[in-house]
Amino acid sequence: MDQPIKKGRFGVHGGQYVPETLMNELLKLEQAYTQAMEDAEFRQELNRLLAEYAGRPSLLYHAQKMSADLGGPQIYLKREDLNHTGSHKINNVLGQVLLAKRMGKTRVIAETGAGQHGVATATAAALLGLECVIFMGKEDVERQLLNVYRMELLGATVIPVTTGTMTLKDAVNETMREWTRRVEDTLYVLGSVMGPHPFPTMVRDFQSVIGSETRAQILKETGSLPAAVLACVGGGSNAMGIFYPFIQDEKVRLIGCEAAGQGIETEKHAATIAKGSLGVFHGMKSYFCQDEYGQIAPVYSISAGLDYPGIGPEHAHLYDSGRAEYRPATDEEAVQAFEYLARTEGIICAIESAHAVAQLMKMAKEFTARDSVVICLSGRGDKDVAAIARYRGRNIYE
Amino acid sequence: MNRIAQAFEANRPFIGFITGGDPSVAKTEEFILEMIAGGADIIEIGIPFSDPIAEGPVIQEANLRALGNGANVDKLFDMVASLRLKTQTPLLFMTYLNPVFRYGYERFFTRCRDCGLDGIIIPDLPYEERQEVEEAASRYGITLISMVAPTSKDRIKQIVEQAQGFIYTVSSMGVTGVRSNLDGSIGELVESIKKETQVPVAVGFGISNPQHARAVAAFADGVIVGSALVNIAAIHGEKAGPLLRQYVQEMKAAMAEA
Repeated sequence: MDQPIKKGRFGVHGGQYVPETLMNELLKLEQAYTQAMEDAEFRQELNRLLAEYAGRPSLLYHAQKMSADLGGPQIYLKREDLNHTGSHKINNVLGQVLLAKRMGKTRVIAETGAGQHGVATATAAALLGLECVIFMGKEDVERQLLNVYRMELLGATVIPVTTGTMTLKDAVNETMREWTRRVEDTLYVLGSVMGPHPFPTMVRDFQSVIGSETRAQILKETGSLPAAVLACVGGGSNAMGIFYPFIQDEKVRLIGCEAAGQGIETEKHAATIAKGSLGVFHGMKSYFCQDEYGQIAPVYSISAGLDYPGIGPEHAHLYDSGRAEYRPATDEEAVQAFEYLARTEGIICAIESAHAVAQLMKMAKEFTARDSVVICLSGRGDKDVAAIARYRGRNIYE
Repeated sequence: MNRIAQAFEANRPFIGFITGGDPSVAKTEEFILEMIAGGADIIEIGIPFSDPIAEGPVIQEANLRALGNGANVDKLFDMVASLRLKTQTPLLFMTYLNPVFRYGYERFFTRCRDCGLDGIIIPDLPYEERQEVEEAASRYGITLISMVAPTSKDRIKQIVEQAQGFIYTVSSMGVTGVRSNLDGSIGELVESIKKETQVPVAVGFGISNPQHARAVAAFADGVIVGSALVNIAAIHGEKAGPLLRQYVQEMKAAMAEA
């Protein structure tokens, strides 16, 4: 494997493409993060919160019915959906909000798409006593009123973003703008393995607890490494978290599942690896959905959490180097997988995670019954139930 | 001496920004000539971008209007080539990195040189990432402007070492936009930059009225105005030309009093 050639780089990807106003703050953050991770007390406090508050380790569940039914590998589900706040997002926000507090910040800000990262950030801020402001595209605010109310219950202020396409990418834009207005007392708690250095590295490290646990659990359960690990990819934090501890295990296939929306042959998708090209946006060099002039393209997915025009720089590098594969799954495939998992295993997963389930359903026959395969179930699906019902023509609103 | 250096040699330049293609590329060319007629010494032309993260609402909306009206970097190159036949005023692009990167650095800066552009300002290209652009820019004689912010502090020294043309000093925290009051500490910031370099120091972000212009001209080598001009174009659309000229005249008069 190629190691990063310079600070914050993954091959050609990554970097720190931000306005000068933010640079000193990013350097401070990098330093604070490095020191914190070397500090046994900080790690102990984070591990305590992960165990006692978030409910880690999360289970690795052998989905035997599904394995038998698909007739391919033994399927194991990494149950991040069982974490407090219902997704893997809590792993990262506990780390970052603890770090914010350590840096003497009194306020955190964050972007959110569907609201999972916003809810997680508001939760950690409530627990650790920091002021919290969440930026959310106006379109998403209207689609996710329950999550808006949840964040408010947790004491956060939710600011609807009315610029651009009024979705996740615009929420990121506005959170970055807010950070340039007020860096002194505020940390931007970024929700994925994206943005300028040190965020992609820091978020990956905080999320790699998923992969470390998975690796130990599967070895204990089966005595060998899995044939493949699958995870959905928007920015890519749950995928990076579960992939990272397996990168050196070259026989383990790493498969990221991106949102193909209505199909990668249409314009309505968010499949950055399949359809994107190299660019520089949101502080990083990576692959983006964009036009010939470098204008960022509007993207689409039924899953608000995957509805992002870019991908984290380390994923871009894993793709370039061939270490990881990235496959698109459509809305329809994801919805079918969502329904299938509910019927077969009694688990209602997030529509994001359903993209990874869908991918395995498509490729199950590539494996034998002696192989094991892990799917990261990044979140639970309560938030998606009404939208899936509507997708199937049942007029249910939250 | 290049055109940018000449502009700073001659007097304290008024540097006016306008978003390219709002309401149309033809109108932008007319607006630029009006601003020059009003006394603007250097012109910054904004290449519209879908996601301008350093801009406040006024320039964000201008970007979206321009893109909606079909503006793109090829049309702006043609516009600059046309302007260059009519004026020797320094012309700069202000753009996010992605439109430049996507065009290809070689191809982009070749066209910059061929159409007679003088320099470029890229707000999401800090000192750490500058090198990948500077190589191509300097090969084609295009000045890559460095920015300093109120948070730069101990970074000022390394930033100014690489600075060419002038140093774009960001007057205050946050994004571009009209502000009613300027940050009182901007004079100190300019002074701390000047201690480190002979390169002229211009100030932008938030400067919108003659009082601001007069105050900033008292300590800075140049005054940069963006949102206030873009706002005039936003309100008056195709008829904005004479009003832009008049506005620049008023700002220049105030600067002369400093």
